[in-house]
Amino acid sequence: MAAPTQIPAEKFAGGRIDVTHQGEVDRIRRQRRRRAIGGRTVLYTIAIVAALYAAGPFIWSAITSFKVDPDLYTKANNPFIYNLPPTLEHWRFLLFDTQFLTFAWNTLWVGFLVVSITLFVGLPAAYALARLEMKWSGPLGIAIFFVYLIPPTLLFIPMTRVVGNFELLNNTWSLVLIYPTITIPVSIWLLTGFLKGIPKDIEEQALVDGYSRLNAFVRVVIPLAFPGIVAVIVFAFTLTAHEFIYALAFLSSTPAKTISIGVPTELIRGDVFFWQSLQAAVVFVALPIALVFNLLLGRFISGFTMGAVKG
Amino acid sequence: MTPAHRADEVGTVAPDTVTRVPEPTPRPQLARRRLADREGFLAKLFLLPTVAYIIGLVAFPFVLAIVFSFSDVTTGNPSLDFVGLRQWRTILGSRVFWTAFRNTITFTVISMALIVLIAHVLATVLVKDFKGKWLVRFCVLLPWTTPVALAAVSWLWLLNSIFSPIDWVLRWFGLIEANMYYLGRPVLAMGSVIAVHVWRIVPVATVIIMAGHMAIPGEINDAAEIDGAGFWRKLREITIPLTLPISAVAVLFGAILTFADMTVVFILTRGGPTQATQVLSSWAFFKGIEGGDLAQGAAVALFLFPLLLAAAIAILRAVRRTEVM
Repeated sequence: MAAPTQIPAEKFAGGRIDVTHQGEVDRIRRQRRRRAIGGRTVLYTIAIVAALYAAGPFIWSAITSFKVDPDLYTKANNPFIYNLPPTLEHWRFLLFDTQFLTFAWNTLWVGFLVVSITLFVGLPAAYALARLEMKWSGPLGIAIFFVYLIPPTLLFIPMTRVVGNFELLNNTWSLVLIYPTITIPVSIWLLTGFLKGIPKDIEEQALVDGYSRLNAFVRVVIPLAFPGIVAVIVFAFTLTAHEFIYALAFLSSTPAKTISIGVPTELIRGDVFFWQSLQAAVVFVALPIALVFNLLLGRFISGFTMGAVKG
Repeated sequence: MTPAHRADEVGTVAPDTVTRVPEPTPRPQLARRRLADREGFLAKLFLLPTVAYIIGLVAFPFVLAIVFSFSDVTTGNPSLDFVGLRQWRTILGSRVFWTAFRNTITFTVISMALIVLIAHVLATVLVKDFKGKWLVRFCVLLPWTTPVALAAVSWLWLLNSIFSPIDWVLRWFGLIEANMYYLGRPVLAMGSVIAVHVWRIVPVATVIIMAGHMAIPGEINDAAEIDGAGFWRKLREITIPLTLPISAVAVLFGAILTFADMTVVFILTRGGPTQATQVLSSWAFFKGIEGGDLAQGAAVALFLFPLLLAAAIAILRAVRRTEVM
């Protein structure tokens, strides 16, 4: 084994590097700078490659959505530039000649109702798990989390029967009823984390000031947890907008569909693909959600760390 | 309730030792505090809707799935007649089932390995400060925030047999002569499905792992740097051990999303070519909803449960042991 230190002992003064020894200082400076420049290069390379890999299909979708047919359907044409003048025709087709706007509207109001139900049910439950003293709160929290592990793929067949019994097949309300089974467990998990992050002293002060537990929860805790709640609203909404399997199993009539199933099932008719309009739909939906998500990213991160204490 | 808790609640300046806490004096408002203040009651009230929802719309359908799998129910004949293990025997005897089972495992294991690796690299980069970080974060999040079905449609064209832009690029560089037919050849089709999945789930895993990176106290890294530790040393001895539990959470989330997902398969390949990309969830859908055989569909879907449960328990245990959650 090599000796642990190669630097002669006289260059150290009390464990520090002897600053009077100019050569040694320069060597360390050079090493630091080399590391910093190397690190920066690697950092930017990875960042650029990752950004291109992730966003590539969308950039390409955006380009394609304005292409005329002869441009798109010529094998030799460069797919990344306009070989023929671009057109707005396919956007017009998507927005006015298909039911896309109906799908978008369905997605929005299903999302709104599901998020409302999720908060109404999940917020008190998360508070109970985070704060109220119970023997069985630990196991119950894990049990609720485990519900998340029973995915739609496992339940869609019996769920179709349940929805049929409520006479909701082919009705968007079926989604309003069933989607909270997906959003509630995840939201409770995130919200428990946010609520644990609120210092206990604040509500205890409220209790001392004469608030009841219920009042303290409604008037003190909920306003304080508001940033976390906003994150959960966006998260739950995204989950409902993404859901595919239940929607595919429950809905077959066009006016009831959401974006998630409407676009792939209505804009692809057998072997006929409305390619540019499909790509337009992808861009139209992807960008706004990604923007909102990006603004809230920090909150999701603190939600996932679960109860990271913040002052 | 222990004296310590009550002391906390009335806001007594609680000393560190429990023994010295005096009994709290009765509060003047005590008369007003009845139901709204009883913790046990409130807790039950607060949890009741959740528990009711889960029992009614998760536990009940789950039991129904089990009942279905022992019956001969189809969409044409909705009455439940008990047929014992017949459906299970049919499924276990079918070749497609074992293909789908193998595919599900291959698909999940390869995707997860790639996802965790890429997510760690990306998380390391994205917690640093650099110019244009906002744009990079935005781009990286896009695959996650787009509905899966739409993202898959975008990929369907990228992998098109004739007009694939990927093929165009490869041809342009002179790497291939003819097109690749990504979705037409068994191995390439599986590779494509895995690639799309990795692309889609890496952002979620990255966000979760970033949480782990940020939770490492800055002093630890500073101290290590002062002691002369380089990037790899810090990675091996600080970052990896300290982010292990949160990585487990990312794996758990990612595994559920990959394991139980059929959207990508449904849109890209519909299980083809010749069942090469058929997974349990997509096969359950084709059998149960499109084929109308609810009993067999339910039985196939139920196969996912023990596997998911085992993975979840293993991962939660790993997390508990490291005591970060």
